[in-house]
Amino acid sequence: MIEFYLDAKSGVAPYLQLVHQVRRALKLGALRAGDQLPTVREVVTRIAINPNTVFKAYRELEHEGLVAARAGVGTFVTATTSDDVIATLVPIRHDLEQWLVRARAAGLDEDSIEALFRDTFRSERYVAS
Amino acid sequence: MSEAAIETVGLGKRYQRRWALEDCTFRIPRGHVVGLVGPNGAGKSTLLNLAAGLLAPSAGSIKVLGEQPARDAAQLARVGFVPQDAALYGWLSIEGHLRLGEHCNPQWDAKAAHARLAELGLSTRQRAGKLSGGQRAQLSLTIALAKCPELLLLDEPVASLDPLARREFLGLLMSTVAGRDVSIVLSSHLVSDIERVCDYLIVLVDSRVRVAGEIEELLAGHHRLIGLRQPGVAAPANQTVIAARETDRQRMLVVRSDGPVVETGWEIESINLEDLVLAYMGEGAARQAQLPTTQAAP
Repeated sequence: MIEFYLDAKSGVAPYLQLVHQVRRALKLGALRAGDQLPTVREVVTRIAINPNTVFKAYRELEHEGLVAARAGVGTFVTATTSDDVIATLVPIRHDLEQWLVRARAAGLDEDSIEALFRDTFRSERYVAS
Repeated sequence: MSEAAIETVGLGKRYQRRWALEDCTFRIPRGHVVGLVGPNGAGKSTLLNLAAGLLAPSAGSIKVLGEQPARDAAQLARVGFVPQDAALYGWLSIEGHLRLGEHCNPQWDAKAAHARLAELGLSTRQRAGKLSGGQRAQLSLTIALAKCPELLLLDEPVASLDPLARREFLGLLMSTVAGRDVSIVLSSHLVSDIERVCDYLIVLVDSRVRVAGEIEELLAGHHRLIGLRQPGVAAPANQTVIAARETDRQRMLVVRSDGPVVETGWEIESINLEDLVLAYMGEGAARQAQLPTTQAAP
């Protein structure tokens, strides 16, 4: 079983914090296939957050194929961190590393690189939405 | 279900000469947990009392669940209200409070109320006057919930509670939201609590609604911009300045974004709920901020 918590100061959206905590538990083996996640009601009673935050986190995890909801029963872990997910990350990470090399070669320091990434990420999200 | 939880048009309330609430027009859809924030005396309690039907408007109109507040017994039964001081009778036992509630309300879930009190470890024989602040708040909430209201109004429900009691109170409130279809409006000074439990925000300042909307959308639609201060250079296009701070060199803006910032020279940061609330509360900052945008108009 997993015990959720919320770090109000982290600046990370609450639902993402829950997602990260499940992912980490999967990686560490604290959660295995077949385990049940706490019900929405249990989570909100315990850590006093809006139910929609938990629904959203569980939906996201479902979307990633890590858990599955069984109607009227609860949400269950279907996979430990899937090798497929990791496999798709490798080439993307490789591209990013190459991009970082180019950015440094162009004379950008850490802060500028981070700012550039954030700005691009944000304006791309505007275009996408 | 299409009617709003609360809908107001030009709503105002005057106490003798002073307007406690003025020209409020907003619509809160059902199914939300709404956080009502604002400085002391901004009109939060007045708004909640109007919604509960304990006050009558001096101007404009308010509809709660599609009807005039406190129009009849049926409307009253649909709305639960937990006032600021958790209105309880000190000399009356918990059991007495439950019987009183049952007597006054057509729909009364005595079973759920007893179950909840058992969960809280409260004996129904205790007198309300002997309870701690946290227990009083819990009892007051239990009574309001036993009515099975469609809308629950809470005025500063956790203001006087210690952190643990606050967490337990809000946990109980959220488990109720998870269990059934109920809309909630609660006022609070604690933005960190609002951030946890609410999904909708109303900021009241100086008797007026400054901003209202779903929190997720508000956070996505506001940014902090940091740039160099240059004479004659206004805020970027598509951005409405909410608050501005300047030094002789730098400008820091909190803006409502109606589109991406296309101009270069601005660093863009996302904003957290507390800063967003503060930006709307700081009236001085807002007025100062009007200047650059009006200068920018061709």
